[in-house]
Amino acid sequence: MTLLEVTDLTVSFSTADGVVKAVRGVSFGVEAGRTIGIVGESGSGKTVLTQTLLGLTPGAAVSGRALFDGIDLLSIGETQMREIRGARIAVIFQDPLTSLHPLYKIGWQIAEMVRAHDKSVSKKQAHERAVDLLGRVGIPRPAQRVDDYPHQFSGGMRQRAMIAMALSLSPQMIIADEPTTALDATVQAQIIDLLLRLQQESNTALIMITHDLGVVADIADDVMVMYAGRAAEKASKRDVFYTPHHPYTKGLLESIPSSSASGARLRPIPGSPPSLINLPSGCKFHPRCGYVLDRCLTEEPELRLVSQEGFHSSACWLPVQAAGLGERAEELRAQTVREGRGEAAAEVFEAEIAEALGPKGSVAG
Amino acid sequence: MSDPRVSTGPIPTNPTTPAGDDVLVRVENMVKYFPVRAGGLIQRTVGQVQAVEDVSLSIPRGKTLGLVGETGSGKSTLARCVAGLIPVTSGRVIFDGRDITNLSRGAMRPVRREIQMIFQDPYSSLNPRRRVGAIIGDPFIIHKTATRAERKRQVQELMERVGLNPEHYNRFPAEFSGGQRQRIGVARALALKPKLIICDEPVSALDVSIQAQVLNLLADLQRDYGLTYLFIAHDLEVVRHVSDSVAVMYLGRIGESGPREPLYRSPRHPYTVALLSAAPAADPDAAAARQRIILTGDVPSPIDPPSGCRFHPRCPKAEAVCSQQEPQLEAKAGDAATHLTACHFPVQAGENLAAASRSKLR
Repeated sequence: MTLLEVTDLTVSFSTADGVVKAVRGVSFGVEAGRTIGIVGESGSGKTVLTQTLLGLTPGAAVSGRALFDGIDLLSIGETQMREIRGARIAVIFQDPLTSLHPLYKIGWQIAEMVRAHDKSVSKKQAHERAVDLLGRVGIPRPAQRVDDYPHQFSGGMRQRAMIAMALSLSPQMIIADEPTTALDATVQAQIIDLLLRLQQESNTALIMITHDLGVVADIADDVMVMYAGRAAEKASKRDVFYTPHHPYTKGLLESIPSSSASGARLRPIPGSPPSLINLPSGCKFHPRCGYVLDRCLTEEPELRLVSQEGFHSSACWLPVQAAGLGERAEELRAQTVREGRGEAAAEVFEAEIAEALGPKGSVAG
Repeated sequence: MSDPRVSTGPIPTNPTTPAGDDVLVRVENMVKYFPVRAGGLIQRTVGQVQAVEDVSLSIPRGKTLGLVGETGSGKSTLARCVAGLIPVTSGRVIFDGRDITNLSRGAMRPVRREIQMIFQDPYSSLNPRRRVGAIIGDPFIIHKTATRAERKRQVQELMERVGLNPEHYNRFPAEFSGGQRQRIGVARALALKPKLIICDEPVSALDVSIQAQVLNLLADLQRDYGLTYLFIAHDLEVVRHVSDSVAVMYLGRIGESGPREPLYRSPRHPYTVALLSAAPAADPDAAAARQRIILTGDVPSPIDPPSGCRFHPRCPKAEAVCSQQEPQLEAKAGDAATHLTACHFPVQAGENLAAASRSKLR
């Protein structure tokens, strides 16, 4: 059953410098008990996307539809949103230090959350619930620690407390926005382990926003790769990692220092992400793409299916068969480029090559 | 203030660090404590943060030592001591054959030219009010090595070298992206042709695609100028990519050190094993197949570190002796002489530490 169905969501902000087109027509669905990983670099729109769903982007121009259990999140008022936010859709933010109030005890903050949504719960019951929740997320001696202040908790424990708070009203969906980015590797492992266990216990849907492909490989069922406010590629986890179609996804995977090629030169994506105020023409990735064709400069590709089975789709003009990291796919891409690259695209490509190589030749050579 | 740890006799040389000409930096038995003060008007010292405790290591010229550890492991403190930014409590830093431990400001000045740092955050390590040309040109002014006209030429050469457009000489840091700012930091570090560059989490704040650009740049510079790197990071894949040898720190001590491949392929310290198993791999099959070791609890406070082996309260293999006796950093049976582990019960090949950690967790 699809719990959340987002259709053609567009979000833009008016600023003094111009209109920031943060999200441009994104559609996706989340099912109960499943995890979707939303991957992208800074400025790809992944955080704005989810905050808009919760009505946390005041002043933004929003269009599209987001049906959550039959309710359109984008058209309801603040009162109705308050009943959903926190209770039925919970959020875990990146930085647990700034998302907890420093002057209130941890337990009080969890109890407050419970009582804000359900007045029939007594203070004592809410407190007991807080102790129980802290125990569930693995805080030792919860009955004592419930009266600690946030500064008495370590980073990992604060994130556990945030998760306890998110779980306090048994939400149907959790949005986790870079929940482990600020944490050390061993603590990150603890938190991911905890999220997976809790999800299995209560069949919650999870939206995991991250820039870390390793976290996605661990926790996601499905993946949406975002670039410049759009979905570049949507697929099951295995398809994204083993048969990526979009050159951006492929580039991301190749930029990671992998254990197989220690010390070898990395293959970064040249350049940097575009300004969301002044987006390039055509495909927004074309100035950084190694497979740019003439049509990429003028026509923006829509997401389309690239495999017969499943829902693997990619927004790229390369033929659907050109998915994968193997030689055959590469040959197909090269052939398409030879046929589809006229003078205009060749110029872009030359500039890109020059940038990728850097000025090294001129000075060191 | 006297410190109980300041040794009076001659400092024993570490037998494990080769004392050849090819070693650029040698750290011998370094200890760094920070006093913890309490009280209102009259402050008294109530304890010591034992940030670095008896650490010895060496970096051969032109090579990269990767320093891995979590928050509070003391890796950044160690780096600052090596750079001479903060005085050490005891121990020695030998740089290029010369003892530079706790030199006076004046005596340190020529050395500073040869040891440079690149910091983690390209947003806060550049003065937003100053133009890029001035930021990169500062080292020339401070060390009085170039006239004004020469300076501009040299700065523009540096900018070109690190992949920035030299025409952007007059721009402010805010006009550059994160990756470009880190290139500015690299150019500034490179200005005086240093021998050692200490990179403190240089790519942690960057996006993956940009991170790869900066790592490639650092590799090119090392090759072209014969630079030596002390590379600090928490990302194990990044460290594996750049390092020749690796040292793993836990709570102020080195738990394991050695050449990169043996350390990554057959780690002996349970902490190294746990750290490697925790690092997320960008490969779903590998992630599913991996036996992840979930450590219990958090890193203890360095003010009051655990007795014996500092890792014992979280270690799945800990036994009674671990809380009483501190293990020595030494080569274990079957390892190369350069692969050192400080553990009473080093992990054996094929041992399932994950199962042990699960049983302890329940």
